[in-house]
Amino acid sequence: MQVSKEEILHIANLARLNLEENEIDQYIDNLQNILNFANIVNNAPIEGLDITIGTNEAKNVFRKDEIEVFEDNKALLQNAPSQEQNMFKIPKVIQ
Amino acid sequence: MDITELTVHELQEKLANKELTITDITKAYVDRINDKEKDVQAFVTTLTDEAMKQAEEIQAKVENGEISGKFAGIPIGIKDNMCTKGVKTTCSSKMLENFVAPYDATVVEKLNEENIINLGKLNMDEFAMGGSTEYSYFKKTKNPWDLRRVPGGSSGGSAAAVAANMVPWALGSDTGGSIRQPSSFCGVVGLKPTYGLVSRYGLVAFASSLDQIGPITKDVRDSAMLLNLIAGHDRRDTTSSEIEKKDYTKALKNDVKGLKIGVPKEFFGEGINEEVKKKLEEAIEKYKELGAEVEEFSLNVAEYALAAYYIIGCAEASSNLGRFDGIRYGYRTPEFKDLKEIYKKSRSEGFGAEVKRRIILGTYVLSSGYYDAYYKKAQQVRTLVMNEFNKGFEKYDVILTPTSPTVAFNIGSKSDNPLEMYLADICTVSVNIAGLPGISIPCGVDSQGMPIGMQLIGNKFQEETILNAAYTLEQAIKFRENYKPQFKGGAN
Repeated sequence: MQVSKEEILHIANLARLNLEENEIDQYIDNLQNILNFANIVNNAPIEGLDITIGTNEAKNVFRKDEIEVFEDNKALLQNAPSQEQNMFKIPKVIQ
Repeated sequence: MDITELTVHELQEKLANKELTITDITKAYVDRINDKEKDVQAFVTTLTDEAMKQAEEIQAKVENGEISGKFAGIPIGIKDNMCTKGVKTTCSSKMLENFVAPYDATVVEKLNEENIINLGKLNMDEFAMGGSTEYSYFKKTKNPWDLRRVPGGSSGGSAAAVAANMVPWALGSDTGGSIRQPSSFCGVVGLKPTYGLVSRYGLVAFASSLDQIGPITKDVRDSAMLLNLIAGHDRRDTTSSEIEKKDYTKALKNDVKGLKIGVPKEFFGEGINEEVKKKLEEAIEKYKELGAEVEEFSLNVAEYALAAYYIIGCAEASSNLGRFDGIRYGYRTPEFKDLKEIYKKSRSEGFGAEVKRRIILGTYVLSSGYYDAYYKKAQQVRTLVMNEFNKGFEKYDVILTPTSPTVAFNIGSKSDNPLEMYLADICTVSVNIAGLPGISIPCGVDSQGMPIGMQLIGNKFQEETILNAAYTLEQAIKFRENYKPQFKGGAN
């Protein structure tokens, strides 16, 4: 499959990434090379095989939904790029 | 006596018979780091002052009987993708350059309970994506055997620090070979445990169905000891298995009589360096002499597994790395007009090129129209790989392969060609795809004096079998006694 410029820009937008005009060709080229290689999964003898999501025995793990209070608010907020009055600060979302 | 030459079990003996004190040991490592870090550049963060202070405190507590325990005061280094409370955890990314975890990873908690001393956080490929540690945002770690070459990756800082005697042992993480391949390149022992044996809580996620934490050590006994400390169920990682606690050192019998070793011929074919092949063949001969039953067989999965690995690994990464949005932690772009621009600019400026490449590939294979062609097929390939390994383990106890097709390559020689870098993972990824344990041990050096690694793969939760097989060969070939890193190609 050939990756087009429109397509890579669409994918980058879905992934919330900007690609500079001068990087686009490089990213297309890299993606194309890897996809060409990855295409061999289409030749694998996998007819009729189930999919595997994880290698552990598939079972649900249940626990009680109990609230645990994380005391160290300060340690959490010190990583925030912007904060005010003990809250994460972001630009206005609703116009 | 050079303290930093000793393994952890040797350090323990010398502490027990009072030849050494805890402060002697930490001081020796701090001096060694101060001496070698400029050449090797293994650390993102060094904690030398903190470690000395901690060593004195632990020494005092041991002397007045407040604490005991065989590991009290033993130093360690930790890959910089495991959360350490109060100490930066950067994943070698600009995105997390100033991130200070508010909690400890489970493995770190377990080390702290033993009063083990953290000497620092070790360099890696950004978000563990890479095989050379060249994709670190901060620095390029050098291979202690030849400073012009890469240490491998992504746990390159961990493997180089152990090889250069800057830490006695270290923790790494392995998603497609990131413990075993750098261990092979640096001539040390690296173990990727069975998926689910070690808790991933507090490990910054790359590909959640493939990631495992494991030990990088000077010898196999240390590997078993560090595995003892970190293995076990954790309610905070629901994929961690509830299996009985074992003492892995008890498995080290120095005896492989009757052990059935399968050698998959596809792992010795095209693309495997001749010198690597030759050393592996010598190791196989040695196993035969030691009484193991070695047989060649067919395991035609490596290429399919590699393709599936890059599809699944990148798909999971694109989802896991969605959390880096410039809001609660991590890098935020200085200029933006709205929320969407915070996301896009923070991510574009905070992630390096390789991380972006993988996010784009992962988003592509998960996107509508390509999901069935790539992602679903890769998941079926995963079943195929598991089935083929299962067939192998019906006949053999251990599967033996090279760890990497080549020895450590030169810095800069592959960093511009992503696909070529990916192909270097051909021998290791199928182990992650199938969730199996694998260990790499050095089995000799090539004509340039660079270490060659051998990989032993076991069935699920059969770490004891591969540890014993690795230990027995190690005792027979005595790699550490015969070869040492020479720091070739340095400025001085």
